[in-house]
Amino acid sequence: MEIDPFIFRFSIFILAIFVGYYVVWSVTPSLHTPLMSVTNAISSVIIVGAIIAALAGSSENIFEISSIFGFLAIVLAAVNIFGGFLVTQRMLQMYKKKKKNK
Amino acid sequence: MISANLSAIFYLVSGILFILALRGLSSPETSRQGNLFGILGMIIAITVTFLTVGNFSTSTIYVFIFLLIGGAIGAFIAFKIPMTAMPELVAGFHSLVGLAAVFVAISAFKNPEAFNLGFPGDIKLASLIEMSIGAAVGAITFSGSIIAFLKLRGIMSGSPITFPGQHIVNLLIGISIFVLIYFLCSSQSESFFWSMIAISFLIGVLLIIPIGGADMPVVISMLNSYSGWAAAGIGFTLENTALIITGALVGSSGAILSYIMCKGMNRSFFSVILGGFGGDSSVSKDKKKDQKPVKSGNAEDAAFLLKNASSVIIVPGYGMAVAQAQHALREMVDTLKKNDIKVSYAVHPVAGRMPGHMNVLLAEANVPYDEVFELDDINNDFANTDVAFVIGANDVTNPVAKTDPQSPIFGMPVLDVEKCKSVLFVKRSLSPGYAGVDNELFYRENTMMLFADAKKMTEDIVKNI
Repeated sequence: MEIDPFIFRFSIFILAIFVGYYVVWSVTPSLHTPLMSVTNAISSVIIVGAIIAALAGSSENIFEISSIFGFLAIVLAAVNIFGGFLVTQRMLQMYKKKKKNK
Repeated sequence: MISANLSAIFYLVSGILFILALRGLSSPETSRQGNLFGILGMIIAITVTFLTVGNFSTSTIYVFIFLLIGGAIGAFIAFKIPMTAMPELVAGFHSLVGLAAVFVAISAFKNPEAFNLGFPGDIKLASLIEMSIGAAVGAITFSGSIIAFLKLRGIMSGSPITFPGQHIVNLLIGISIFVLIYFLCSSQSESFFWSMIAISFLIGVLLIIPIGGADMPVVISMLNSYSGWAAAGIGFTLENTALIITGALVGSSGAILSYIMCKGMNRSFFSVILGGFGGDSSVSKDKKKDQKPVKSGNAEDAAFLLKNASSVIIVPGYGMAVAQAQHALREMVDTLKKNDIKVSYAVHPVAGRMPGHMNVLLAEANVPYDEVFELDDINNDFANTDVAFVIGANDVTNPVAKTDPQSPIFGMPVLDVEKCKSVLFVKRSLSPGYAGVDNELFYRENTMMLFADAKKMTEDIVKNI
C-alpha cells in the first residue's frame, strides 16, 4: 500500500514544529521583538500562493474573481515581506556592544 | 518552467534558510546575518514560484506591479515607524498575514484548478478542510490583530470589554465554525464557505476585546502563533514545503513567546485568554492606602542620591516607552558613568507591551546590549546596589507578589528593587499599576517618589548632577 503524500507533508510539519521549538528557545530574550517581526516577514511566504492564484487568470481575463484575490494577497504579503525584513534589519542595527575604551 | 520536483527542493532550501534566520537571533552578533538568510529564502521562494508557473503573460507584469506597490508601502513604514510604535506595527503586520491567508484560501476555493485541487464544486476533501482551516485561522488572526492594533494605538480603550455570557457566546461561535466546515465539506456549497469566514472574523474580535492593555504581550505572541498556523494550513492546501515549514516555525515561536510572557506574569494562558483582568475592582482599597505617608522628592534630591551612589540599577517599564524617555535616560546614565558609577539595566520579561519591548527601546538609545540584564541574571545584585531607578515600571517591582497570597499578582516573578539601599520611582502619580494592586514600595522609608513625566524628570536630573 502506498503512503498518502499528505502523511509526508504532515511529517515535515511536525518535525518543523520541533525544530522551531528548539530554535526559538535558544533566541536571546533581548531579541524577542526582532523575533516577532522576522517571523512576521517569513510567514508572508504565503505570497507564493498569492502569485499562483494571480497568474492563473486567463489571458483574456486577467482580473477574474480568484486572481483579484490573488493580487490583493500579493499586496498584503509584500507589505509584510519588505516591512518585516527591513524593520528587523533596522532594529538589529541598533544592538551594539559596549565600546572597549569606555 | 522547472519541474515540480526541482521546485520542491528549492522550497525546502528556502524553508531551511528561514530556520537559519531564526537561529541567528540567538545572539545579536549573528542576528544580522540571520536576517539576510531570511531575505535570501524569501527571494528563492518567490523566484521559484514564477519559474514553476512558467507562462509569462500580462498577468506577470501585474504581479510585479502589485508586488512593488506592497513593497514600497512596507519599506516606507519600516523606515518611518518610531521604535516606540513597534507593538502596534507588529500587530498590524500580523493582521496582514491573516488577511492574505484568507484571500489565498478564497482564490483556491474559486479556482481550484490553478492549484491542482480539483474543480469548482468538486474540490478534494482534504484540500477543502485544509483551506477552510487556513481561512478560519487567518480570519481570526486578522480581526484579532486589528483589535490588538487599535488597543495598542490607543484608538480603542485598553481596558477589557466584557459582557455577561461572553465565554458561552464565544464557545458557541467557535463550535459553529466547525459545524460550517463540516457542511461545507459535505455540500461544497459556497454560502457555507463565506459564512464560515464571516464568523471567523467575528470570533477574532470577540476573543481579543476582553483582554486588557498590559496582557498585550501575550496577545501579540498568540496572534503571532495564529498567523503561523494559518500559513501552515494554506501550505498544506498548496502542498508547499516552504509554507508548511515556515508556518510550523512561526506557530511554535509564537506559542513559546506566549508561554514565556504568561510565566513572566505567573498567569495561566487560559486566564489571559478569558480576559477581564485589570478592571477597577480595587478602587475602594486605594482610598484607604492614600492616607499613608509618602516621601516625594524633586530632581535635585534624586540627583544628589544618584551622584553619591557607587552602583545604580535602572528598571524601565511601559511608562518609559510612553514618555519616550529612553534617550534622556541614556544621557543620565552617561553622566553617571563619567562619575565612575556602575550602572546596569534590569528588564522584566513582561515590561512594556510586547516581548523584548524595553530591549529594543534601550538599543535605540544606544545602550550597549551587554549592560541590559534579564530578571534572573540581575535579581541577586539589587542587595549590593545603592540606588534602584525605577522609570515607568510598577507591578513588576511590587514585593506584594512575594508576600501576600491574596494579591492577584502573587507568585509573579518580580525585581527585588526593595533590597537596594534606596529606591527612586519616576511616576506620574500614586495610582496602582495595571493589575490594580497598590505598590507598597511607594510607602517605604527608603523610597523616594519623583512625580513627573519620565522624560522631563530624567532631563532635570541630568542638569542637577
